[in-house]
Amino acid sequence: MFKTFIIGIVSGGILAAVLLYFVPVVDQHREASLISVQPNGGNTEAFHVNLPDDRILAGAVGIEPVPATLEWPAAPVLGDTQAELFKLRNRDDVVVGVASRIFGTGTASGTVVEWTLHLPARGTLYVNLQPQAEDSGFRSGSLRAGTREFASLTGSVNERFIGNVEEQDGEDNVEGRIELVTALVGSSERIE
Amino acid sequence: MKHVLSWLAGAIVGALLFLAVLYYNPLANKLTVSPLAVSGQPLIDLSYSTVPAEAIAFINHGDSRIAPSPASISELWEPTIRNTTALVTLLTNSRGNVEGIGIKFASTSERTSLLKGVALIDSAWHVYLPERGSLFIDQTENMWSYARNIVLPARWSSADSWKGTWYGITTAGPNALGTARVSGSSGRFAGITTEAVEAINARAYSALQGPVSATGSITIVAVAD
Repeated sequence: MFKTFIIGIVSGGILAAVLLYFVPVVDQHREASLISVQPNGGNTEAFHVNLPDDRILAGAVGIEPVPATLEWPAAPVLGDTQAELFKLRNRDDVVVGVASRIFGTGTASGTVVEWTLHLPARGTLYVNLQPQAEDSGFRSGSLRAGTREFASLTGSVNERFIGNVEEQDGEDNVEGRIELVTALVGSSERIE
Repeated sequence: MKHVLSWLAGAIVGALLFLAVLYYNPLANKLTVSPLAVSGQPLIDLSYSTVPAEAIAFINHGDSRIAPSPASISELWEPTIRNTTALVTLLTNSRGNVEGIGIKFASTSERTSLLKGVALIDSAWHVYLPERGSLFIDQTENMWSYARNIVLPARWSSADSWKGTWYGITTAGPNALGTARVSGSSGRFAGITTEAVEAINARAYSALQGPVSATGSITIVAVAD
């Protein structure tokens, strides 16, 4: 009887270890990556934000904050800094991540327009855009850094605002859309 | 039948003993000294409050004990972002003056393993300091020590709270020395790739509200002032 109890203790410890080893504590929900291969190598992926529903937060001096109860700090050093948070969707209109956009004219930095696209199951992209949009409506930029799946990639990212989506596509509750199109290619220099 | 019951009782005791060994394992997350402390390079220190109500905004899925702030903000309820939080906060220097704004995304990592005593979070900071420039911090954080020393004792306490002094470095990668990877983008940080560590200095935690009094700090090396 006592021998069986001791065997039980050992078995219980082993079973707990096996359970902890094989059952994942965290299991991130994944959506399929909707990637197109470019003719000259690399791949393209498009993300978008539906406005106004996907805007989680918008704060700056002199603008109507989102949400309305947001208290934007009155620190003079922030100047015209504008911070926004969005839910990020893939080509199938499914939310796949969250994104931040920062605009500001700093004394040291000049005009900054930057995005951080955080896709929990895949990694994060840090994008630096040109201050001025092109005549075509695109604001071009480049991937400054990526993490995990994007760590060894380099390439360009373009931002475009599309208004009147409701009229064009007949979509309800979508007044505008911000499109972000990435064109990324593997970089052997970044692989460690 | 006696033998089956005896084995079952033993198995339960064995499983509990195993969990107790994992919980009290002194080797788990033993790091207490910053790898940057011996670097001898110039430093930038940024601080922020980890108390959600003191941030500009804190967002999660909305079902957590830690409530989003402000209350009317949109929640991250979609399956792909349900395990993610976002913090928008002011960043101050060592004198307490506001330097700029920081946005932190944090997602629970699938590399989390209770067996190894690691509760990992993949986090990313988007930092904009108007008088210095902008940068991005990519890090893996190990919150095991924070959970074991603060969160769990608060939940087990009859007062639903923890009070004391706890300091710990949460950064655990992705760099080889356990530091975070920093990529500068504009201003004085343009083109810079360097390292950083993040730490938490906690003084009070409520099991019902989350952090009550705690400060986070980010130490960045090799950036010219």
